Amino acid sequence: MARVLLRNLNRMYDEVPAVKDVNLEIRDKEFVVLVGPSGCGKTTTLRMVAGLESITSGEVLIGDTVVNDLPPMDRDIAMVFQNYALYPHMSVYDNMAFGLKMRGVDRAEIGKRVQEAADILGIGEYLKRKPRQLSGGQRQRVALGRAIVRHPQVFLFDEPLSNLDAKLRVQMRVELKKLHSRLNTTAVYVTHDQVEAMTLGDRVVVMRGGEVQQVGEPLELYNAPANRFVAGFLGSPAMNFAAVRVSNGASGLRADSPGFSIDVPSEIDPRLRPYAGREVTMGIRPEDLHIANGGDPPGLCLDGIVEVVERLGAEILLDLQVGGQTMVVSVEPTVRAQRGDKLRFVLRPNRLHFFDPASEAAI
Amino acid sequence: MAISEAVNQRAFARAPRRGAATLLLEDERWLAAALLLPTVILLGLFIAYPFVEGVLLSVSNARVGIPGHFVGLANFTALLSDSIFRVAVWNTFVYTAVATVLKLALGLWLALLLNRHFRGKAFTRAFILLPFIIPTVLSTFAWKWMFDPTFSVINWTLFQFGLIHGRINWLGNPDLALISVIIVNVWRGVPFFAISLLAGLQTINPELQEAAAIDGAKPWQRFWHVTWPLLLPVTMVVMLFSIIQTFADFQLVYVLTGGGPANATQLFATYAYQVGVGTGLLSEGAAISLAMFPFLLIIVVVQLLYIRRVEVH
Repeated sequence: MARVLLRNLNRMYDEVPAVKDVNLEIRDKEFVVLVGPSGCGKTTTLRMVAGLESITSGEVLIGDTVVNDLPPMDRDIAMVFQNYALYPHMSVYDNMAFGLKMRGVDRAEIGKRVQEAADILGIGEYLKRKPRQLSGGQRQRVALGRAIVRHPQVFLFDEPLSNLDAKLRVQMRVELKKLHSRLNTTAVYVTHDQVEAMTLGDRVVVMRGGEVQQVGEPLELYNAPANRFVAGFLGSPAMNFAAVRVSNGASGLRADSPGFSIDVPSEIDPRLRPYAGREVTMGIRPEDLHIANGGDPPGLCLDGIVEVVERLGAEILLDLQVGGQTMVVSVEPTVRAQRGDKLRFVLRPNRLHFFDPASEAAI
Repeated sequence: MAISEAVNQRAFARAPRRGAATLLLEDERWLAAALLLPTVILLGLFIAYPFVEGVLLSVSNARVGIPGHFVGLANFTALLSDSIFRVAVWNTFVYTAVATVLKLALGLWLALLLNRHFRGKAFTRAFILLPFIIPTVLSTFAWKWMFDPTFSVINWTLFQFGLIHGRINWLGNPDLALISVIIVNVWRGVPFFAISLLAGLQTINPELQEAAAIDGAKPWQRFWHVTWPLLLPVTMVVMLFSIIQTFADFQLVYVLTGGGPANATQLFATYAYQVGVGTGLLSEGAAISLAMFPFLLIIVVVQLLYIRRVEVH
């Protein structure tokens, strides 16, 4: 059991930084997910923890030991790879036993541990098979088993579910979550899938361009994104953004755009006041807009023309045209909306986000 | 409905008129036969026909200028009591075994080196192939000069470094002569091993090495437990090719020593040439050539069976 500490971690590829000044503490037994788009440095960061990638500068600590110069085998970690990386010429049993054999664990103990892991993962009946005789999901379990038998201090996962089909991915996600609570070991998990990040992580680290954008519990990131990137990255469908001009109105600040004009809620007022007379980016999530009934305050309403209706079953997504900008709204499945309908929506004032147009930081 | 009808009509209108040959080739069996024909002709003309001729020669007593008649296996029984033939058989096995092992070892080593990332990788890989590309007779003549007792650059170098005091007669000394021809064969054959094994190495997922490193395998263990077993099918195919070629090698020895001194480097092929063409005993030469056949057949069958087993598991 151990924490993982990253201190001013940097990785350059031919003068191009892949990871920039990453500082992160992963607590003992915590499940931390690194998430971001392709090329954001999440996998490179993970590989530096594993010892598969050299560190340009900074430190990686596992437990209380600086492991910068330790080879992967001496870091007491186990890793699950995106393509499983099972040894194709070995049986499932040998795949799982390999790490223990290399470490000189005695035969009886190896047998016990492999059986134990196979029972947990439900792959007991495949132990004699070769990896290519298994389905993707079964291979994934073997890869997990190979990591589990080692009883490592830290588990590292590199997009382990991305090669599975959608249904299996959801199922394995749940199993991973259960597995973590059962094994109770520190885990670092890399994914580009924000749903995986939100559902699996005790805490989520959002990265972009090699830099950490925000670290926090899933809902903390969702409800209070630190910048426009985090706001847009987490959540599906993504948050709506609109350029608005902040101005001083009779009853406080107003945010105006070609399609709507909104009274800025009083609790945001002090933070937004320095921006009066300037343009900022306003963000609102699709579920924070509702179809208005007559009694809603007009200062919180906007009108939109329905362009596309997506019926998902549990909800309906409406793509709206609002004064030249597109917005997506999630409405109840009972709503009967047609393309071309002109509807009025009211937004939840306490769910409005404003971002500085230059720095993109939340205001 | 209307649209699909229109589309169909158009397709009919555009269907080209077909000649008899086109119609015949529409039948897959005729097409297959037509496509196979050139290969069958080439193989028949240059492989099957000479082979059959060779077999017929070996059971006759033909000589240059004399057609001869059927003598049964007399030529083969004569070989059994031919001491030079026995030397040639022994030499061929030593030559093939030592050269193949050395080529595999050096080729694998080179392939592993070339599989790493370094500056000028593409250039080096192309460069490695040079011995393989140069016509064998030309490069062998260069080696002949290097082995020349008077002009040998090898002797000169060894002498300058104070490692030897007299001249080494590379091709004149019976023991050294066989070693020398093996050296040249290895030099020429290593690129083929290196490039083929490199291609094999590149099909191995690098993540496996990483997984093994995390699993606690040291570099040597990673090679032994992961790389080597996965490379084995490619290795076996490359070995198969190399053994066949080395076993039947002719040019190298012919240019360097002609089989001498005192038959010290005599191989199946050179002896067959010497007897069949050199002395004009065509039938006996053919018998010597054909004597290679059973040995090669056994080697090929064993290896093919092994390759199949490796690939299935």
